[in-house]
Parts: sequence; structure tokens; C-alpha cells
Amino acid sequence: MSENLLEATGVEKHFPITKGLFKRQIGAVRAVDGIDLSIRTGETLGLVGESGSGKSTAGRLFTRILEPTAGTITFEGEDISHKSVTQMRPLRRDVQMIFQDPYSSLNPRHTVGAIISAPLQIQNIPTPNGVKKAVQDLLALVGLNPEHYNRYPHEFSGGQRQRIGIARALALRPKLIIADEPVSALDVSIQAQVVNLMEDLQREFNLTYLFIAHDLSVVRHISDRVAVMYLGKIVEVADRDDLYKNPRHPYTVALMSAVPVPDPVRRDRAQRERVLLTGDVPSPINPPSGCRFRTRCWKAQEICATEEPPLITRLDDPESHLTACHFPVVNDETVAGRRPAATPA
Amino acid sequence: MSLGPEASITDETTTPTADAAEERDRGEKAIAGRSLKQIAWRRLKKDKVALAGGIVVIFLIVVAILAPVLTRLWGHPIDEYHVDQIDPTLSTPLGKLGGISRHFLLGVEPTSGRDIFGRILYGAQTSLTVAFLSAFVSTAIGTIFGLAAGFLGGWVDSVISRVMDFLLAFPQLLFAIALVSVLPDTILGLGDRWSRVLVLVGVIGFFGWPYIGRIVRGQTLSLREREFVEASRSLGARSPRILFRELLPNLAAPILVYTTLIIPTNILTEAALSFLGVGIPPPNPSWGGMLSDAVAFYSIDPMYMIIPGGMIFITVLAFNLFGDGLRDALDPKAR
Repeated sequence: MSENLLEATGVEKHFPITKGLFKRQIGAVRAVDGIDLSIRTGETLGLVGESGSGKSTAGRLFTRILEPTAGTITFEGEDISHKSVTQMRPLRRDVQMIFQDPYSSLNPRHTVGAIISAPLQIQNIPTPNGVKKAVQDLLALVGLNPEHYNRYPHEFSGGQRQRIGIARALALRPKLIIADEPVSALDVSIQAQVVNLMEDLQREFNLTYLFIAHDLSVVRHISDRVAVMYLGKIVEVADRDDLYKNPRHPYTVALMSAVPVPDPVRRDRAQRERVLLTGDVPSPINPPSGCRFRTRCWKAQEICATEEPPLITRLDDPESHLTACHFPVVNDETVAGRRPAATPA
Repeated sequence: MSLGPEASITDETTTPTADAAEERDRGEKAIAGRSLKQIAWRRLKKDKVALAGGIVVIFLIVVAILAPVLTRLWGHPIDEYHVDQIDPTLSTPLGKLGGISRHFLLGVEPTSGRDIFGRILYGAQTSLTVAFLSAFVSTAIGTIFGLAAGFLGGWVDSVISRVMDFLLAFPQLLFAIALVSVLPDTILGLGDRWSRVLVLVGVIGFFGWPYIGRIVRGQTLSLREREFVEASRSLGARSPRILFRELLPNLAAPILVYTTLIIPTNILTEAALSFLGVGIPPPNPSWGGMLSDAVAFYSIDPMYMIIPGGMIFITVLAFNLFGDGLRDALDPKAR
């Protein structure tokens, strides 16, 4: 097992809710509420979960755009959880980010050249062959025409813009790239191109990725390991094949069953069944006691409301992996609430 | 008020041939992208009304700058009396239309017989100087405080927003009248004309900044949440870089448009203050002051009122048309 590049222990981010003239704090949105996660050198860790589960906040904590309320984040053994902007500066070279929205992540008033050379400028990185050459090399690297360096973002398509965002992230030759839903805003045909580009670049530059997404099939394609988040907590972490074959947490089971299968013949043959969750995700302002998933879980019992399940590997199950559940799902278990997909909903 | 990508796409599809031709003409630079400035200029060129407004504005500025030359060529000094042009019994100008003739292009004043042409030109100097400088003051203060309020947020935002509310509710005209009567006639050794211009610029500019401040604050609030700001931060950029390199270029369009649109308001305010007698001290001319003088004569010499009134009307209209056109060119979505 390779060493951990980034390690998070008990990381929390609470956004205060204030009221009135004196900004009295009346509560907090617990976007990320105590997560333990490690990213190993050279791997791609997928982070999945539905909207509002805190995936993006977690990504912004790891790049230290946000400061954690509690817990520690270490990068290459160095504690970065409370470093100031100035202290973080040299570390920015090693951790970079790719953003979700290719339309708002590029400044419309800057040329592509200015956007991609900004990291070199801010970090004072010498360019032996001139800034223009460096920018053109980066453009070529991500599959764009190097002659386009003085065009503006509005002259590019969504996929091309995302490539510009990738070029900007690569400019500093980082070790870790945190990709916050990098393909969810793109057409499906473009998604594959961008994901493949990211894989090629990973091989070429020995990159480590944290790939945040809600699309399970994309995550399955690119990830080595996958972590599942629900309401600010990590509920399950496992190697990709292990997780997709033997999901242990009821939430993961439900999430997996919601992935659409494009081929109706295969869908019938596999006797695929769906788990339908009822109700909404509870508010992160006032999350349920004990296990956060218990309000929507078909296996919930009394202990789930009183005791929070730790993220552990159960010894009684040989195929188990890190799961935060009192009653993990076992193989071939009939799940209550599961019903054939063929029945019209 | 950013220019969306769809704006440029429609622009490109409407003029494909012109684009191609220009692209070829540019030769070596053919692959260079068109900046938003170029797109806006292209759009503005098609807006004939705005162009006409712009031409009138430029014409007025040239006239104001060349006022001494033009007066020497076709007019008479502003404080030279021509009693021979006045009917001694009625004290109205001799001749038709307020005494318009080859020697007095816009006629003469009743009673004194001073040349209106020269006085209008010097009045343009005063009006435009006050309007431009006070617009500049408003824009500078408004941009700085609007950026600070929007970017820093928290208590800074609360304080600045309350100050803006307070200033917007303040009776500006009454304050100006009171202030002018208290201040000395000459400040900083500028002479009475330019000292009063300075006071007017200060008052109009200071009471005008909340309008721009609010717009800049709102735009900053929405821009601050855009991902390119976060991207810049994740590259290690400090706040000044984010403010001036990332945010300010995106604010340039709305700031430019609202500056153009407060200039006519400032011209009207200056005219109103001069009309009320707290503008430029006599014998120095200003359009508002001339209107005020004309009140006593409008039934017997209407031209004396029509000429400065018409000048104010044309100037304000030209600035407004130009400003509207500029807004449409820079932000097609607001139409």
C-alpha cells in the first residue's frame, strides 16, 4: 500500500447562521461533520453522494479555500488545517482544483493566455522560454490549439473551457488535483473525452485525483477507490470493484440501484431491482441523532437513533470494508422496500 | 453584467461576411480573439441613435474646450455690454428673435445687450466641467466603497450601506444652498468662478456616489461567488489581485454605463443650483443662471429662455441616448 498524500481526521465545517443586527449566531449548517479520509499517492479517489451531502465543501476544505471548524488536514505529513493565506501559498503549487462550471470558472474578461499564465505569475514560476511558450505547451497538452492563446473564454465550447480549466490546474505541476464535479456540466459525449484526458494526464504526470461526482458510472470508470458521503459524513469507503459488487451500507445500496441501465434487455435479464428511498435528505442544520441515514433506512432499529455507527471494517464479514452502519447489508439479502424495476412507478 | 457567450454567438452569425473579411484583413493577427471591447464597439457602431448622441456629446466637448477661440471668431466677450442693441424704452433686444443677427449669432441679453453666443459657449464650459468632474468624483467614491462593501461584507457592508441610505435620503439641494452661503467666495486661490465650480463638483459628486456604490456593491456580491474568484484564490492570489485583476474588469462595463448616465443628471442639478442662485457667481455665465435671468423676460423676449433651455435639453438628451446605447452595447441582456 502506498503512503497517504492527504489525510483528513475528524474534519468539520460548520457554516454559522446569524440573525439580527449584531449577527447573533442562532445555528449552523453542518456541511461537513467529522470526516476521516485519506488519499493515497497516485490513486484516484472518487467521492460520491447526492446534492447537499457536503462533497464540494470537503473538496474546498482539502484545498484550504475554506478553513475547517475542527479536525486536522495533513498534506505530505504537514498539518495545513489552519495555515494562513500566506503560509498556504507555497503549498498551492502541490494542490490544485478543477471546477464544476466551465462557464463561471474562467474570468470572461481575461484571455485564455492570461488565465493559464495566472498561476505562473502568482507563484513567480520562471518560464525559460517565455510565458507565451509555456501557455502554448499547456494548451497543446490538454488538446487545444496553441494558437488560441489570446482568445477569450466565450469563444470556446463547454468541453474546451473545461480543458482550459485543466490546463490552468496543471500549470503548477501539482501532485494532487481536486476535481469538483468536473464533467457534470458537460454533454455525455464530451464527458468521456474530458475523463479520458484526465486519465492520460494522470499517467503522464503521476497525478493523484480526488474526483468528486454524483454520477456513479463516471466514478466507476475513473476511480481506484470510492468514498460515499451522506449528510456531511462518510458512510462507506472501499476499492471500486469491491464497493460496486458488495455495497455494505444501505445508502450505498440504494444509490447503486438508482444508476440507470441503458440496455432494457440487460435490465430485464439481470432481474435488476430498485431500492426506492422515501422522504427527503434531512436538514444539515439539525441532523438526526445517531446514524444520519436512519430516517430513510429500512433497517433502522432503536440503536441507530441513539448511537452513531463508527466507520469500521466488520470482522464477522469476510468481504467487508470500511462501513459506518450498525446493520450492514450482506450479500443476497432481500431488502425491504426493494421492488422490481419493471413495475411502472 | 457580463457578456454571455450567446451574445457573441448571435453577433457572429449576423455578420459572417464582414467577420470573414476583417479576419482576412488582419492577416497575421487573424487568429486573435475578439475582446468584449471590440464586440461592444461593433454593436455600438450599428446603433445609429446612440452614435448620433455620441457625436453631439463630442461636439459639445470640443465647443466647450474651444470656447475662447470661438468667441473671438464669431462672438463678443461675455461681459461686454452692447446697449446699442437694446430698445431703450422696453429694454428688449432690437430686431427679431431676441436680436439674432450676423454679429450676434444667438441674439443679445435684454437690458445689458451681452452676446448670448459667447455666454452659451462659456456656460457649456461650466456645465460640462461640473458634470464630468462630479461624475468622476461619484464614480471614484462609489466604486471604492461599493467594492469594499460587496467584497468584505460583514459590518463593513452594513456601515457603508447605511451611509448610502442616509445620503440618498438627504435633501441635497437644501444642503448645497446652505453650504454655498457659508463657504468663502474663493478657495485655494482659484478665483470665484472655479472656486464655485469646485464647490459644485464636491456637492454633486458627493451626493451622487451612493447610486454607483449600490450598483457596484450588488455586482461585486454576485461576482464574488463566481468560481473564477475561487480559482484565483486556490492559486494563492491575495485579495488586491482578486479585487483589481479579477473583479474590476468585470465591473468596468456597468461603471462606464452609469457614469455616462449620471452626467446628464449632474448637468440638470448644476442648472437647478444655478437657477436657484447658488451656482456660478455673475458675471460668469452658466446655463441655469441664464434661465434664471430669463424668467423676468420670457413674455416679451422668449428667445432668451429658449436658447439656454434648448442647450440643456439637447445636452441631456444626447448624453442619455449615448448612455443607453452604451448599455445596450455592453450588456445586450438588459434590453
